[in-house]
Amino acid sequence: MRPFIFERATSPESAIAAFHADRATSFLAGGTTLLDLMKLDVVRPERVIDINALGANEIEISEDRLRLGASVRMADAEAQEELRRRVPMLTQSLALAASTQLRHMATLAGNVLQRTRCPYFRDVSWSACNKRLPGSGCAAMAGFNRQHAVLGASDACIATYPSDFAQALIALDATVDVVGRRGRRQLPFAKLHVPPGRTPEVETTLAPDELILGFEMPIEPWMSRSLYLKIRDRDSYEFALASAAVALEVDGGAVRQARIALGGVAAVPWRAREAEQALIGRVLDEASCQLAADIAFAKAQPREHNAYKPLLGRQTVARALLQAAAMEA
Amino acid sequence: MSAIHVTTKINGDVVDYVCEADETLLDVLRNRLGLTGAKEGCSTGDCGACSVTIDGRLTCSCLVLGAEADGREIGTIEGMAKGDELHPLQRKFLEHAALQCGICTPGILVAAKSLLEHNPKPTETEVRFGLAGNLCRCTGYDKIVRAVMDAAQEMRRA
Repeated sequence: MRPFIFERATSPESAIAAFHADRATSFLAGGTTLLDLMKLDVVRPERVIDINALGANEIEISEDRLRLGASVRMADAEAQEELRRRVPMLTQSLALAASTQLRHMATLAGNVLQRTRCPYFRDVSWSACNKRLPGSGCAAMAGFNRQHAVLGASDACIATYPSDFAQALIALDATVDVVGRRGRRQLPFAKLHVPPGRTPEVETTLAPDELILGFEMPIEPWMSRSLYLKIRDRDSYEFALASAAVALEVDGGAVRQARIALGGVAAVPWRAREAEQALIGRVLDEASCQLAADIAFAKAQPREHNAYKPLLGRQTVARALLQAAAMEA
Repeated sequence: MSAIHVTTKINGDVVDYVCEADETLLDVLRNRLGLTGAKEGCSTGDCGACSVTIDGRLTCSCLVLGAEADGREIGTIEGMAKGDELHPLQRKFLEHAALQCGICTPGILVAAKSLLEHNPKPTETEVRFGLAGNLCRCTGYDKIVRAVMDAAQEMRRA
């Protein structure tokens, strides 16, 4: 690691006050992404502000709302019995990610801000990476792009967004609670990340001095009919090749409301809204679930080594929907 | 760079140390405190050879700064045996020959102890998932899983 200045913050205010716009500053929480990328020389902060003592550890579950503090560790949210029962998609997305060690370390905010696993981004010996070195090109375009995105990518970057938990948040219409120099604000989770476009180095709409304080979302009784299905090369401790977070409100056999989000296949957290719409009023069977799955991947743009992803993704969505349909909610 | 003073508890003993900002907890344990049980494998949180507990939570010490340990309680493999008396997991690893080169063993023992504290009666699948963050390139895991299952059974009887 390159040398840096270490500071501790004990409140959001002190963390923001310690932020210096003129020196590359990083907030350190679980460290599972930041220290990893510092060791790989991909990120090079001059100041690191330890925010592990600033609070934001609350898990508040009421009849119709959920609030998860930014500093809650993945393992602690995953272990909530009531959450497992009421919104299984949320706890499954956490339980199926990473390893025991990393889930005990990583925070929820850090999870959604984790950087891509694109090997050309993570290995500085590759000179072409628009995300790491804007304007340098994208080695993944003509490289080994088996893991790369088929939705939401651009000619400048085809890196896959890696978080599972974010797919549950976007499916649940979560809100992000943020604080920074200019005060506190809330934004829809769907507005937190930005597609790569021509500036893949810009990944979120957060200002550099802004911190996530927590996530809030409405929870409704029907969300007990939800799940997270993750398809990967091995059964644990691996990122998704394709995944689906689905929740279904079913009334008299017909779909009243559907939520579908896709992991492992897109450049940002990905909500398949057109696929959701196609299910409304339909009975859940092979045909309707397959139709929704087809719509979800209608605009997929595969590359040389990830041409399998639209098919795998469609099968993942269809299977997740059929499994959710069969649940006793 | 200015040195950072840290007060922590390691395996029950109060320990003070001074470290640089860019030293990990693993660096401090091994290079400053002589606790060389935790190993550096990948150094990026993938292999689990550096596993310790911080405030009872299983953690990769390679992804924690030494400075972050201030006021926390660290548990390492050195605290696992009670004097000459091995922990049941350590004994079962010997009985089952659940190690070859041994580099991953301290991390796996710390992780297995943490696993059994959370789940005293794990299924084989739960052991395999629970230890997924600890890579072993020698054994193929079979004897490791058997040793953990056997130790769990013995610990339940005790």
